[in-house]
Amino acid sequence: MSTNGKASMVTINLDGNEVEVPAGINLVEAAGIHGTEVPHYCYHPKLSVAGNCRMCLVEMGTPMRDRATGEAVLDENGVQKIGWVPKPVIGCGTNVSPGMHVKTKSSMVTDSREGIMEFLLVNHPLDCPICDQAGECRLQEFATDYGRGYSRYVERKNVKPKRTKLGPRVTLDDERCILCSRCIRFCQEVVDDDVLGFVDRGSFSTLTCFPGKELSNNYSLNTVDLCPVGALTSTDFRFKMRVWFLKESPSICAESSAGSNILVSSREGVIHRITPRRNDNVNDSWMTDSGRELYKQVNSKNRLLGASVSGESVHLAEAISAATDLLQGKNVGIVGSCRSSVEEQYLLNKLAKNIKAKKFLRGHFGDDDGILLSADRTPNLRGNLVTGFSSKYPSDQLTQLSQALGKKQIEALIVMGEDLSDSDINLDELKVPVVFLGTQQNATSEFSQVVIPMLTSFEKSGSFINRNFRLQSFKQAIPGPAGLLPDLHVLASLINGLCDDAEQSSDLATIWKQMSKSPTNPLNGIVYSHIPDDGIQLNGAKWDSLSFVEKNALHFSPVKQTLKA
Amino acid sequence: MIKKKTPQERRIILKNADKPAYSNKLACYLKNDGYSMLKKAFKMKPEEIGEEVLKSGVRGRGGAGFPAGMKWKFLDRKSGKPIYLICNADESEPGTFKDRQIMHKDPHQLIEGMMIAAYAIQAKQAFIYIRAEFFEGARILEEAIAEAKSKKFCGDKILGSSYSCDLVVHRGAGAYICGEETGLIESLEGKRPNPRIKPPYFPAVLGLYQCPTIVNNVETLCNVKHILEMGGEEFSKIGKPNNTGTRIWCVSGQVQKPGYYEFECGALTMGEMIYDVCGGLLPGRTLKAIIPGGSSSKILRADERFTGKLKDGTEFDWGIDDIPLDFDGPASVGSMSGSGGIIVMDDTVDMVEAMANINAFYAHESCGQCTPCREGSLWMKKITTRMCDGEARKEDADLLLSVANQIEGRTICAFGEAASWPTQSFIAKFRDEFEEKALNGNTKPPLQLI
Repeated sequence: MSTNGKASMVTINLDGNEVEVPAGINLVEAAGIHGTEVPHYCYHPKLSVAGNCRMCLVEMGTPMRDRATGEAVLDENGVQKIGWVPKPVIGCGTNVSPGMHVKTKSSMVTDSREGIMEFLLVNHPLDCPICDQAGECRLQEFATDYGRGYSRYVERKNVKPKRTKLGPRVTLDDERCILCSRCIRFCQEVVDDDVLGFVDRGSFSTLTCFPGKELSNNYSLNTVDLCPVGALTSTDFRFKMRVWFLKESPSICAESSAGSNILVSSREGVIHRITPRRNDNVNDSWMTDSGRELYKQVNSKNRLLGASVSGESVHLAEAISAATDLLQGKNVGIVGSCRSSVEEQYLLNKLAKNIKAKKFLRGHFGDDDGILLSADRTPNLRGNLVTGFSSKYPSDQLTQLSQALGKKQIEALIVMGEDLSDSDINLDELKVPVVFLGTQQNATSEFSQVVIPMLTSFEKSGSFINRNFRLQSFKQAIPGPAGLLPDLHVLASLINGLCDDAEQSSDLATIWKQMSKSPTNPLNGIVYSHIPDDGIQLNGAKWDSLSFVEKNALHFSPVKQTLKA
Repeated sequence: MIKKKTPQERRIILKNADKPAYSNKLACYLKNDGYSMLKKAFKMKPEEIGEEVLKSGVRGRGGAGFPAGMKWKFLDRKSGKPIYLICNADESEPGTFKDRQIMHKDPHQLIEGMMIAAYAIQAKQAFIYIRAEFFEGARILEEAIAEAKSKKFCGDKILGSSYSCDLVVHRGAGAYICGEETGLIESLEGKRPNPRIKPPYFPAVLGLYQCPTIVNNVETLCNVKHILEMGGEEFSKIGKPNNTGTRIWCVSGQVQKPGYYEFECGALTMGEMIYDVCGGLLPGRTLKAIIPGGSSSKILRADERFTGKLKDGTEFDWGIDDIPLDFDGPASVGSMSGSGGIIVMDDTVDMVEAMANINAFYAHESCGQCTPCREGSLWMKKITTRMCDGEARKEDADLLLSVANQIEGRTICAFGEAASWPTQSFIAKFRDEFEEKALNGNTKPPLQLI
């Protein structure tokens, strides 16, 4: 590898134009860099090359050399001749080499694409009007772009199973399957759960699970995203919504510290599905099935929808002032959260500093699956470190809080969503008033004197810092429940209410200006609106000595935390 | 008129096979000087054997006719990975039945050839991949290998040397595509026989278990023994330049004496084969067409004139009877000698029905991995079946040709060509019959009222 990156580039001739592309990439990628689409079905940038759909056929030639002498063969003008391969070659399986000539628009290529499109459609059912894939179907798109537009097929189409349940979350329509094998390769190569395969042969080949197996791994729904047609469908999403009605908002999965990049698809304020968004530094093109279920919290039964004081429903503003009254002049303890956004943690820390409150934090841990479900089951533990809310690595219990309560050092508590009852604290013996801020009901919210409902990450904007110390922003996808105000507004109000001369703004941009001021902070110099779609790598070297629980996983190894920004 | 001499067979591979009292037992093989070439080989350096095979010019007998010595040269010996030898005994090209004769009647010849080849390429392990339908052949081979092992002709420390190479018979599960070498390798690895993409998966570099692998046909490997016996130089004098050695031709179809016949390459013409060797057509019939090298080779019409230039520059003007039977003869008239399966069709054959038969085979045998072959082969079958069922259309000939053209050259393996060449050539040469079907052949049977 060269230092300036130039030496790793090669020049190829793409449709008559000399272009530079990185060495070693294939023709689909190379053409893509220069805005030329080479249509493909089976090729996926994150899976091995199968070369079976034949849609990416292009014409290719290399500079001619004399076989015996190895010298360049020149034409009458002294230019090296191009030895064109007589047959079209697959773009996905052909890597660029210096001087390579590629035609993506010649009549041979056009004819190949028309032929392949025709073949793919002859046994494909005319399901489009009822097919979930309609609107985001490669078969529809490429048929329009590269097909002939008419059918010569008068025979009967093949009949295959229409609704095979491959697993708890995936339903297969075999007639629609174009046998690209993406799902099979995904299960083999990414999940290491080899359950899918083809049976029968020729045009009667049928995708199915191996006997006695089912597609039940926690990544099964990625096969639905991968499927270029409507064969693999999400049982949850099937027949529910037309995709062209959906608004897609970029967001971050809050399931664990992996911080998968996601797209939240909603219509008129209701989320219908969550799909992964490609980030080659974090989650490639994948996410967990369990992460896709998180949107169900939004309208779950135990969602907190209204503020209350001593069990009585009140207006949010009243609840905030009740909280201020309750906390005023007391020795306050604040139980922070690894699920809050960086901005909320910053404000909470600021509040703690101003009212000299004691800070407590707990983590939530589980098994690491080595891919995208990390042992730290919160999205933003590292935000607490970066914002200064905590300097220690949290345990899964609030032992210190329990001790402080025992010593009567705490007179009132602010709890950010955590349930104290499952972390070393007996609520029956808890004698101090509690202000609870959270999205879901739990034993602690039931107990609390003041309950202030908060928003889920789908209903607000903010940022999380993932296991790699990568700062990633998420944008509001849907409006929050009626009558609620943004979480930052609630926290700013508490600061302003409890501290005499405070004028804390609840504006995201302003908070970021404050947060990024300190030159020693990893966030220094970052402007919220400038955080790129794929995030910013922060320098986490400062916390190298902490014993993080995450194990080796996709794009993550424990030693990588010292990566420079 | 001088009566032409009937061409005489020259049996090298099948020298002993059909002799009375010759059996497939080791004792019989040894009595006939068996395994003496293996002994000779072990006195040579492995690369010397490779040189002899290269000098002999022997071309692969499986269908593609690629020089075997060259194939061995491509072997990646530097990788440090184990090298494998595979005998392709998946003889499944319709019209071909030569390898089964060898395996049934003279299995030790194959084992000897294989062990010489294994030693020459320094294979760690050798396999015979035999098609599922050859259960008798597999049984015979198993027995023969056990015999050979007991006498140290294969297996551990062959002939007391330090070289060991186990030989295993692996039975297929009944798929034509396993004759394709990368499909065969996948199958041998225990997977679906989906052929691999080349590049990068050339067997000589990334073959069985991603190790360098040589895959040779049964007849080719038997030839290795004879090359060693005669010396490469001498072997190359049999037949014609670039068409060395003998070939076993399998003649089927409407001739008086169908069967397998071993001749020197180029020793006789198609006409001599049909009329002199096979006793001519059935009484009162006339020749209509010949498929010269297994069902995937292009069909030749009986009344065609073939003109052109041979590789050495000599011009030719042949009728179908004049085509020399070697590798280059059928190739120079636009077809190929393939696996040596000559299928003769007389005037009673309905070409559309013959086409439907061939298309049914390829639709059934397409592995289904890549789009053109998977969908195209079944589509062609559906068209020709419909045509035979009394629903032919005027445009079907053009449609068939177009579908075949959409397959050819766009698939992962050569099955695409194998499936499209028959259709292309049938339409090119018998278009009139396909169009005739649409005009007069649509005699639908009356509806069965129940």
